[in-house]
Amino acid sequence: MTDQAWVDVALISARPQAMGALLRYFRNLDLAEEAYQEACLRALNTWPKNGPPRDAAAWLIFVGRNSGIDKVRRKARETALPPEELLSDLEDREGELAERLDGSHYRDDILRLLFVCSNPVLPATQQIALALRIVSGLSVKQIARAFLVGEAAMEQRITRAKARVAAAGIPFETPDAADRAERLAAVATMIYLVFNEGYSVMNGPEGVSADLCDEAIRLSRLLLRLFPAEPEIMGLTALLLLQHSRARARFDADGSIVLLENQDRRLWNRQMIAEALAMIDKAMRHRRPGPYQIQAAIAALHARAKRPELTDWEEIDLLYQALERLQPSPVVTLNRAVAVSKREGAEAALALVEPLGDRLSGYFYFHGLRGALLKQLGRGREARVAFDRAIALATNTAEAAYIRKELDHLAGETEPAHAEERR
Amino acid sequence: MLYAVLCYNDESVTCTWSKEEDDRVMRDLTAVQRKYVEAGKLGPVARLLPTTAATTLRHGIGETIVIDGPFAETKEQLLGFYLIDCASLDEALGFARDLSSANPSAGSYEIRPLALYKPGELPI
Repeated sequence: MTDQAWVDVALISARPQAMGALLRYFRNLDLAEEAYQEACLRALNTWPKNGPPRDAAAWLIFVGRNSGIDKVRRKARETALPPEELLSDLEDREGELAERLDGSHYRDDILRLLFVCSNPVLPATQQIALALRIVSGLSVKQIARAFLVGEAAMEQRITRAKARVAAAGIPFETPDAADRAERLAAVATMIYLVFNEGYSVMNGPEGVSADLCDEAIRLSRLLLRLFPAEPEIMGLTALLLLQHSRARARFDADGSIVLLENQDRRLWNRQMIAEALAMIDKAMRHRRPGPYQIQAAIAALHARAKRPELTDWEEIDLLYQALERLQPSPVVTLNRAVAVSKREGAEAALALVEPLGDRLSGYFYFHGLRGALLKQLGRGREARVAFDRAIALATNTAEAAYIRKELDHLAGETEPAHAEERR
Repeated sequence: MLYAVLCYNDESVTCTWSKEEDDRVMRDLTAVQRKYVEAGKLGPVARLLPTTAATTLRHGIGETIVIDGPFAETKEQLLGFYLIDCASLDEALGFARDLSSANPSAGSYEIRPLALYKPGELPI
């Protein structure tokens, strides 16, 4: 790694704690961000010369805090009488004490910072964009690229999100256990959204959005370090690791989706799988199941199967039933239908899928699965209609390419029959 | 004498490495190891999963207590270790220095002489 690269890594890894503390000092996202940027600039100048500080976050907090105070003072001089008494608790000589206090604050600081970006008043896309900007420190340009939108549009989206967060009020009181649990759940959802954004747009080997998946895993590990005994956060981390472990096997050379059962399992990342399985073992000990743990357990059953035909579909079916009870949703039932098709056949699975039509008629995977089941049952014409519907709903080229292959396959199967008829 | 060389670093930093950075560090460290393997000096090498995967068993009053996470909350964590046969502390320090120059991030190597060593029979 070059000097520049290790400084960058140190800055990124210290960012959540430093930003969290600066947000507590300044109680304003923009001010905290400016102070942090200033500290980073100074770090870029001095760290390569003097070597890395032992505690990068503490260094950034100290420097950022002082530069932020300077700025507040200058502003105060420009506008009115200096409200010194308001600033007196920010004097430098108290810096050391403040730093020592930080140690006990840092958990809530980081959680607050994450929660600000996960505030349920924000629509999902704004949560993701704000978290990537504020917590992860991605540039607006990088985020815009991941979302496939222009830089100006992304800038505007982030500005709007910040305004909403400020209007909703940032919670600064120390959270009690119930508040903490609520914030934790919101943050877990946000991390899952970040991952999904990366997971769903990722296509082809060069996909920038693989970075979003890595970033979500990093945030999830960070959250788990802060709350090491939360089984749902273990479940979330395991789930993300398991999904991401298959990244290299999910698309073929043409950029088309490869279904789980057709993936080359040698391409799965074994280290991620090992970490996830360890995490699930830890979570199970708590005997407090939750949606993330169950989804992780399902993904783990796939990861454990050496070959697709060794998959424990019975257990997967049971886990989906548990998930349906905990978090009823037509998408969960749709996923269960795959397990049912393996256990009891396409007929039984189709019976489970058909009633979901009302609620999932605009969902790509509903028509994709329905088409596949109809195809298995030899109902080619109906399968084609379902696949046509799916292709119209595909949100990226990988999905469309996959369905096109299914359609080609159908054509290959049915054409000889036509040819015979004609003869 | 057998020495354990214990590797400590801030795992929030090592977990921030991109796949390429991680691969490069591992490749450079492997090159250092090869030299010592060829000299017949290097024993087992282990890299540990992050401390978020750790569980700690403590001896409580009348019962053992299982705690999630590592033994101690520290700024730097134990991330892995080497076993190496060296004639002197200086030689062991030389090995740690080689590792350190192949690994550009901050971090520390603790050199601990061994009191007992059983190679075991893991069929790996």
